[in-house]
Amino acid sequence: MTTFHLAQVNVGRIVGPLDGPELSDFVAELPRINALADRSPGFVWRLVDAGGEDSTGLRPEEGDDLLIINCSVWESVEALRNFTYHSDHLRVLSRRREWFRRMREAHQALWWVPAGHRPGTAEAMERVAMVREHGPTPSAFTFRETFPPPNPAPNPTRVSAPAPGPAPVPDPAPVTQAGRA
Amino acid sequence: MTAEDSAFAVLGVLGDPVRRRLYRHVASTPGEVGRDAAAEAVGVSRSLAAHHLDKLVEAGLLEVSFRRLSGRAGPGAGRPAKLYRRAEGEHAVSVPPRSYDAAGRMLAEVVEKAGLDRELQAAARAAGAADPEAAAGRLEEVLEARGYQPFRDGGTLRLRNCPFHALADEFPALVCGMNLALLEGMADEEWTAAMDPCPGGCCVSLSKNN
Repeated sequence: MTTFHLAQVNVGRIVGPLDGPELSDFVAELPRINALADRSPGFVWRLVDAGGEDSTGLRPEEGDDLLIINCSVWESVEALRNFTYHSDHLRVLSRRREWFRRMREAHQALWWVPAGHRPGTAEAMERVAMVREHGPTPSAFTFRETFPPPNPAPNPTRVSAPAPGPAPVPDPAPVTQAGRA
Repeated sequence: MTAEDSAFAVLGVLGDPVRRRLYRHVASTPGEVGRDAAAEAVGVSRSLAAHHLDKLVEAGLLEVSFRRLSGRAGPGAGRPAKLYRRAEGEHAVSVPPRSYDAAGRMLAEVVEKAGLDRELQAAARAAGAADPEAAAGRLEEVLEARGYQPFRDGGTLRLRNCPFHALADEFPALVCGMNLALLEGMADEEWTAAMDPCPGGCCVSLSKNN
């Protein structure tokens, strides 16, 4: 049975070059925050550049030196949400306007990938484009409106009783923030 | 029944002072509370506490689960205990009607779109520092009065409730950043705020500096 993991991408337009004074605090915080992500529950993988430490060396759009990318894979939406908003990551997130220009169009996307798949920048940028074009759909969505992982194909060879505990068939309807209130 | 009528019906259940004390005790306690512990905390008999706790469950203000407190299982382990915890929903009513939540949501949307995080955090920090009780060093009382439901966990103050829950859910980066700045404004140099989520509560905890 295929297990699905959650892939995440966000792009950001930095206010100045990475080695400039405006970004110095951001660059200084990176090792600590990346290490925090790496040891967070449900973390699977994150995209790194040739340097191997982080993804700040990657430029997802050719010729655009100020657009940087962040891409990672998690076991679930909740795992990613907990790291993003409920850990020390929030401290740097709350300083986002010091380092990044506000983008008018969608700058992030979430999508389900088969466990083991490692998305590249092209695939990630495609998903951002999908959110920009169609809004949240099961193929590319946002924290505001999430979708369950694809229905796993039934395994005909399985004869044992299903494991106890909640294992409902994923609901195809969007799980919106409002719907959970 | 209109939404306002149901809110009145639910909140009317809290009109009884014993029931209200029981609700407050369960709602502000981290984890689940058994009948005996709730009765003792409020100073009433076990049977009276059980009656009121079940009324609160009926109204949807508390939720219930069953668990053997002894940790034993099988025959002879006794009946599982009925345990109570705060229910998820929110109930508010105002006479005459007021919609500060709708205004808050629209304002948050605009602040988010305009990228005014820093301005919001500065305002929150200033509002926290301007609280006269906080300035007098009575942080725990201030947090209580502002609905955070603080409780002590060693030298740390944890917050059982998030007063901005629905807005924080919708605009987490903006509203949690505002909340952190507000708490840092209220905390004097004796305390340090840290991101340390309390399940179902606020993500910030405050530790006493050495």
